[in-house]
Amino acid sequence: MFPTAPVPAASSYAAGLPTLTATDLACRRGNRLLFSGVNLAVRAGQATWLRGANGRGKTSLLRLAAGLAVPDSGQVTWGEAPVRRAPGYAQQLVFVAHTNALKDDLTVTESLRFLALICGRNSKLESVHAALQAVDMYSRRDALVRTLSQGQRRRASLARLALEHTKSIWILDEPFDALDDDGVQRINKLISAHLARGGSALLTSHQASSTAGLNMTEFDLDRFA
Amino acid sequence: MSSAFSAVYVRDLRLALRRRVEALLPAIFFVVAVSLFPLGVGPEPQTLREIAAGIVWVCALLASMLSVTSLYAGDHLDGSLEQMMLSGQPGFVIASAKAAAHWTVTGAPLVLAAPLIGLLLDMSSAALATLVVSLLLGTPILSLLGGMGAALTLGLRSAGVLLILLILPLTIPALIFGAGAVGAVDSGLSSAGHFSLLGALLILTALTAPMATALALRIALE
Repeated sequence: MFPTAPVPAASSYAAGLPTLTATDLACRRGNRLLFSGVNLAVRAGQATWLRGANGRGKTSLLRLAAGLAVPDSGQVTWGEAPVRRAPGYAQQLVFVAHTNALKDDLTVTESLRFLALICGRNSKLESVHAALQAVDMYSRRDALVRTLSQGQRRRASLARLALEHTKSIWILDEPFDALDDDGVQRINKLISAHLARGGSALLTSHQASSTAGLNMTEFDLDRFA
Repeated sequence: MSSAFSAVYVRDLRLALRRRVEALLPAIFFVVAVSLFPLGVGPEPQTLREIAAGIVWVCALLASMLSVTSLYAGDHLDGSLEQMMLSGQPGFVIASAKAAAHWTVTGAPLVLAAPLIGLLLDMSSAALATLVVSLLLGTPILSLLGGMGAALTLGLRSAGVLLILLILPLTIPALIFGAGAVGAVDSGLSSAGHFSLLGALLILTALTAPMATALALRIALE
């Protein structure tokens, strides 16, 4: 169902990132079965591009993988343990939902620092500013979030990725939404660096062009409807 | 853990500061609602003095409940709540910080406004002091229970009314002992017993409500 060939890169990392594995996963929304029998593995150094038509359950699958929701059957594990109980999963996970998790009444810097602080990341002003520079939002660092455009909000929200310097797993729901070409390239650069570090990523995207620069495995959810 | 508490607490205070008028609305409601009673009941000082503690407590209760409905709604809508629950920080720490911030923004102004309101209702100075202490012990209970209700009704339509129906019964002990303390002082008794019970209620609520809130938030996010 999914390429099972061993990934040589994974073993070469000193303390490799555990594999995120979905086994025989099923998800129901109301009375409708979104998908069933989904088997998926996201290994260290690997990015998986989750594809599927609207309403197929991409976001639901990401929420299951993040441990926000409980599957109807099957399970998602991080290494050996189910994601909800896996030790250290919260510290190694970066989940960027389709909502930006920025507060309208805070400045960009304040919003980002709060997220960094609560997630136990480096929340020093310099590192937050450096992260904003990585997504070209430094000039708007002291602007209130409510004054930003959709694309700028997305950039500010994705600046969290630039705060990551250790191996981690990124779960990104439509990260390229509302981004211009420059934004897409910047995020792609962050994801590439992340994969080269031995991190892993699971993301959805509607535009194939956005993911063109990345070495990714496609996973088509349409097959499991 | 303590850094997560202060992060959430400071952020909520900052947000309230950016929306000052909105943050002051419960206190304004409190003052307006209390000042309706002399108009409705009649201005006899004797009558007012007798019912003053009850009026102040009921109005404080309603002001807390009205303001707590939006405690988690905004964070739920913009995705901050998801991030907080995924952060690996214990849910009860976040729930406690939110409740503490709610108390600082809405509960504390009620405690500060109470002496003025008491004067309006012709309360004696001993009764006033008792009222302030009882509110100081009681309003945090209201914020903690209200937070629990806000989490339970998160994402529901007409969450506000449902929250009040769910949580009001739980606040009755605080109301009884809070208003009762002032009544005791008025009739020449000691309020120590009432304060002890209020304190015990506060400890019990502080220990259990954040846990229940965290659980309710997890369910609401699924």
